[in-house]
Amino acid sequence: MIAHIDYIPFFSWPEWLEGLIVMIAVYLPFVCLVAMFGIWWERKVSADIQSRHGPMRTGRWHGWAQSPADGLKLLAKEDLIPVAADRPLFRLAPYLSFVPAFAALVVLPFSARFIFVDMPISVVFLFGILALEVLGVILAGWASNSKWALYGAMREACQIVSYEIPLGLSILVPALAAGTLSLAAIGEQQGGGLHQWLAFRNPFLFVSCFVFFIATLADCKRSPFDLPESESELVAGYHVEYSGMRWVMFFFAEYAVMYILSAVACMLYLGAWYDPFGIVLWMEKAGYVWSSAVIGAGIIIVKAFTLVYVQMWLRWTLPRLRIDQVLSTCVKVLLPLACVNLIGAALWSWLVPAGWAQLAVQVLLTVIGTGGFLFFVGVLVRAMLSRRQGLRLTLLTPWHAIPVAEPPPGPEPASNG
Amino acid sequence: MATDIAGKHPHAVVAPDAWRAAAEFLRDDPELKFDYLRAVSGVDYPKESKLVSVYDLISTAYRHTFAVKVETPRENPHIPSVAGVWPTAEWHEREAYDLLGIVYDGHPNLTRILLPEDWQGHPLRKDYVFPKEYNGIPCASTVNP
Amino acid sequence: MREHGQPITTPGLVIPDPVNYDIGREKVVETDSDLRTEEMLINMGPQHPSTHGVLRVMLRTDGELILEATPHIGYLHRCAEKIGENVQYHQFVPYTDRFDYLAAMNNNLAYAMAVEKLAGIEAPKRAQYIRVIVAELNRIASHLVMFGTYGLDMGAFTPFIYGFRERELILDLFEAACGARLTYSYVTIGGVREDLPEGWVRKAGEFLDYFQPKIKEYNDLLSYNQIFIKRTANVGVIPADRAIAYGLSGPVLRGSGVKWDLRKATPDLVYDQLEFDICVGEGRMGQVGDSWDRYFVRILEMVQSARIVRQALAKLPSGDYRAKVPRLLKPPPGEVYYETENPRGQLGFYIVSDGSPVPYRLKARGPSFCNLSILNEVAKDCLLGDIPAILGSIDVVMGEVDR
Repeated sequence: MIAHIDYIPFFSWPEWLEGLIVMIAVYLPFVCLVAMFGIWWERKVSADIQSRHGPMRTGRWHGWAQSPADGLKLLAKEDLIPVAADRPLFRLAPYLSFVPAFAALVVLPFSARFIFVDMPISVVFLFGILALEVLGVILAGWASNSKWALYGAMREACQIVSYEIPLGLSILVPALAAGTLSLAAIGEQQGGGLHQWLAFRNPFLFVSCFVFFIATLADCKRSPFDLPESESELVAGYHVEYSGMRWVMFFFAEYAVMYILSAVACMLYLGAWYDPFGIVLWMEKAGYVWSSAVIGAGIIIVKAFTLVYVQMWLRWTLPRLRIDQVLSTCVKVLLPLACVNLIGAALWSWLVPAGWAQLAVQVLLTVIGTGGFLFFVGVLVRAMLSRRQGLRLTLLTPWHAIPVAEPPPGPEPASNG
Repeated sequence: MATDIAGKHPHAVVAPDAWRAAAEFLRDDPELKFDYLRAVSGVDYPKESKLVSVYDLISTAYRHTFAVKVETPRENPHIPSVAGVWPTAEWHEREAYDLLGIVYDGHPNLTRILLPEDWQGHPLRKDYVFPKEYNGIPCASTVNP
Repeated sequence: MREHGQPITTPGLVIPDPVNYDIGREKVVETDSDLRTEEMLINMGPQHPSTHGVLRVMLRTDGELILEATPHIGYLHRCAEKIGENVQYHQFVPYTDRFDYLAAMNNNLAYAMAVEKLAGIEAPKRAQYIRVIVAELNRIASHLVMFGTYGLDMGAFTPFIYGFRERELILDLFEAACGARLTYSYVTIGGVREDLPEGWVRKAGEFLDYFQPKIKEYNDLLSYNQIFIKRTANVGVIPADRAIAYGLSGPVLRGSGVKWDLRKATPDLVYDQLEFDICVGEGRMGQVGDSWDRYFVRILEMVQSARIVRQALAKLPSGDYRAKVPRLLKPPPGEVYYETENPRGQLGFYIVSDGSPVPYRLKARGPSFCNLSILNEVAKDCLLGDIPAILGSIDVVMGEVDR
């Protein structure tokens, strides 16, 4: 099952040991780094949107050491378990939440060569293992023995289980279009330019990309679907009784899943590890194995973090939906849309032959997608530029600069004799 | 029964027995139409040995204001509740009961509102003595060293 | 030597068991079908992010559906009325700050005008204009807090920061005028405590120019956001007649469509010489009297307050900022009830004087006290997620509920 280990040629250890070492040495630090970077970046992005600075002091340069500092503090916190809580389940819940996120990471390809576990059904495996996460959340809410935590867990159960359906259907659609259930194989079909990306192959895939993105928002419990952890209503919902390292596990799990689902979205729809111009594909074909792999890995990480940025942007802009609105969005909007996409994508490949018609549709969708992307980039750039300008205009005149009328001349001061 | 006083605070004094009927009249009469009860204040006059409940009214239609005072003896204060006439009075009467001890007959839920349910005494009375402790917690005050 | 794990005890201190008033009140509901549901009694306790202070709401729920919502108040009761019977008239002014601590200028104003009416004092013209200016600026500041915290309750974190950014500038102005940022004690009996400093008028004008385009930003960010509308429209509808019957006032009453504003109904100070409109809820996004209406009335009121301040700044006369009031104020025996329009409603003072320097009875009618009493009626048949929406739109400040 473990393939492509031959990129470490000078070791000849047994396969399982090599796999274990790679997991511990590469993937565990990677997931921790992703989570810590995600936390720091979230604080910076939220500060940017709210016209503040965010962490600026820990570590001199824009507070980059804030995450490790927070981790150290949380490590030193007292480990509180409520008296009436169910102790074994209370202890188990954070790990049940974190381990699926970590396990899902191992099937994610980083480029054509950097695939740790290359399963022919990696899409199904991913979907199954991510569904385990809801168990950890429900367990946390139940074991805390607190009504508020229970509310959070109940809402979480409803929400995630409902949104698994559009999520699953939206994962099936590109698998259908690509003809394979392997993530790596789906990714390999998207090289050669922007119009080859699966999102632009046909209109149903285009819409399905958005359905998938919204379903991932619900799966990560991000705004506008962050009811399970809604701070102002339930004071942190299902993890209200957790503190210290146990809480860190939940937090890491959230950011890890954010990254993983964004990476999966890139893998399935947005061109995997290929750039929009086809350079990486050319490098792969020309034989530059290592450099194309490294550049590809870099490209997919950047793409995934762009989607994470969009998720954060939405969180700090939109209010949250009520539970019945969340569920009605899923069942009344996303689910029919996902079904229509599935049927449409299936019929498309049968009705529209490969040729100039298909190419024309691909180019059209590419233009639309790129136009939308450039529009949003333009909005961001304009906001940044106007903010630099606006700051100077909006500061009111400081007090010392306001001209003060001369006081009337008083009597001459008595001179010293 | 009724004595009108004109001045800074025009009001009429009504006996407790007639208060309920008078309240409904004030609210429903088409020329008065006092549909808005602004406040119910309780005042303690130990020298005259009475507790007074002052009702301030205003009409949103005609914009005139008026007040009604209902006096009741201090030993056994009972005033009919007007929570059925103006639902505003529900909480205001609970506050007057809580702080002054005026009992409003017919009130749907006459319990203490600002003070804990097991507090003894009515603090806003002029002869109120601050307790020395509450449930084992010592209370210190300059009035009660 | 205390061992690790031993509780810390003070000799003689007996901590009683917390009284649980609701044990035994949870009951099982037998429905006609085979489904047996259980009612839950949930305590939205005194410490909760969205109850805007120390308010305890006992919720009886059937799942997410609310059957009964009973507010329990009194956690912030500081015996202000009893204190009022023991201090002199001038000394009570700082206590009025602490009623609705977000609108301290308006509280001071209500008390000062009540005492002035009782004692027959007339404030000079300049003092009246300054009073109007600071009262309306404080109204803007208070509504900005409501805007921010309402967004926070709904899950939008950014409007809070934007609202407070503007509020900082108002607080800077107040700090320059009287030295304090939250509890001012600036408006006193007879006028204002000190005159405005040099350059204050110009800076206030600059603030208004800066503030004008921000309203559009707030509307784009929150008011017309579809998710916000879905959360607040048609939630907590209060019909106009119930609003008047329950004694609601302020934006809560105007949100239900009742065109009642004390500044126009019984104009005092110089409001009759200033032009402004009364903002009323029209049911633009749902029914008249829903939470969105109450919220949007406040946004519109901010615009109107800015208008009032601009006119008042232009018309500000020179002269005395305070009438001559004796230090030991002994009003003639009598009584007065006086109400003004606070950002949260009508704050009323009922003062009884017996000729001594200390009031005989001083009752404060807090607007939030009356506004909160409608919670039980409004919250029936709502979902649990609607309680923050309703509480936030009523916008209570516990300081004036409990006094």
